[in-house]
Amino acid sequence: MSDTQLHDLISRHEVDLQAEWAKAITSAGSAREDLMKPEELRLQCSDLLRRLRQALKHGGTHDLTGPEWKEVREMLVGVSRTRASQGFTPSETANFVFSLKEPLFQRLRSELSAKPAQLAEETWSASTLIDKMGLLTMETFQQAREDVIRRQQEAMLELSTPVVKLWDGILALPLIGTLDSARTQVVMESLLQRVVAEGTVVVILDITGVPTVDTLVAQHLLKTVTAARLMGTDCIISGIRPQIAQTIVHLGVDLTSVITKASLADAFKIALARRNLMVVKRTAAVAAPVPAGV
Amino acid sequence: MPLTKCETLAIRAEADVVLVRQAVRKLAIEQGFGLVEQTKIVTAASEIARNTLDYGGGGEAVLECHTDGIRKGLRLVFSDQGPGIKDIGQAMRDGFTTGGGLGHGLGGAKRLVEEFDIVSAPGSGTRVTLVRWK
Ligand SMILES: Nc1ncnc2c1ncn2[C@@H]1O[C@H](COP(=O)(O)OP(=O)(O)O)[C@@H](O)[C@H]1O
Ligand SMILES: [Mg+2]
Repeated sequence: MSDTQLHDLISRHEVDLQAEWAKAITSAGSAREDLMKPEELRLQCSDLLRRLRQALKHGGTHDLTGPEWKEVREMLVGVSRTRASQGFTPSETANFVFSLKEPLFQRLRSELSAKPAQLAEETWSASTLIDKMGLLTMETFQQAREDVIRRQQEAMLELSTPVVKLWDGILALPLIGTLDSARTQVVMESLLQRVVAEGTVVVILDITGVPTVDTLVAQHLLKTVTAARLMGTDCIISGIRPQIAQTIVHLGVDLTSVITKASLADAFKIALARRNLMVVKRTAAVAAPVPAGV
Repeated sequence: MPLTKCETLAIRAEADVVLVRQAVRKLAIEQGFGLVEQTKIVTAASEIARNTLDYGGGGEAVLECHTDGIRKGLRLVFSDQGPGIKDIGQAMRDGFTTGGGLGHGLGGAKRLVEEFDIVSAPGSGTRVTLVRWK
């Protein structure tokens, strides 16, 4: 009955095993004290050891999918998820589990030195159990890392569009990020809807924060301008740097139907003109009027 | 033309197109390209990477840095195992699209680089090569 053996061994030496295990992790160079406090590591070791002991007490098999192993599974999943996000490497994470072998085998050796056949059997059984725990840890770690990467990729495709009111009826939408994703058009149109609902007469789409303007981006911009026009709002595109202007010419994309300006300031001037407004320098003759009734 | 650096990037998702652009931009800067040259090669790469994803069903980009005497350049090879193109002349024409695009990607990319090559046939995928010298 190997489970009872292992269970008894752990209960008898639990405190020592915890310490030896944590030491083995450290000497394997996998403790990463820059990422995790030594106390936290020791707590993880004692917590997992306790759960392992309980599972061995209740469980007849080493089938980690069984209900008696739930506590162990949850702990391993939690530990590897956290490590993935903390920046532990895969081998550092695997070593957390595998480092338990050394102190465990040592105990088995000293207890069963007189019974070599049983020693071999117990060692084998403990080893396969820890391998299974290691495997689960790695699978979770991998999964967690993929989740992190997927989130980063989504962030890369994000488009940030603050709405800046420049004047009554004049709004600027500084587009920051990529205009690549399939979602771009949806984002832009819902934004326009909002803008139009606010009674905007002129919208300035500023693309200073868009690093690359290719034909897909140009198409998104053209569609947005057309949609705005249908809703009765004029669009001006600003932030067309000289290198972008040249590239657009080579792409052969026709932006003549759209008002484009190099800077937001230039676009603002046009927008003011559209609204029959102008900015004049204040002179003595046109001093600030004294507010009436004060 | 001696090769001085080479990297391969997979193109499987929209985010990969962004990664290709970023990598090309970085290499262009390393090769000493000016802002206009950088923008041209990055934009051309963006067009072809997008086609590789949208029409080729994904593929890869091989980015190479070359030095030819004192000239420094970038050679970018995009390949996919997608359906291929039946009539390359037609695909190259501005305004031709089968995907609801502007149809200026291939022609535009060609005008943005110094050397352009496309190899494609129905059933055997597509390979586009872009070269630009500093
Ligand atoms: N890698 C490819 N595999 C298959 N067909 C392609 C590929 N690249 C381009 N094409 C075809 O060539 C056409 C023109 O491409 P392009 O000039 O980039 O314009 P757009 O992407 O706007 O359609 C595409 O619509 C498509 O039919
Ligand atoms: Mg295209």
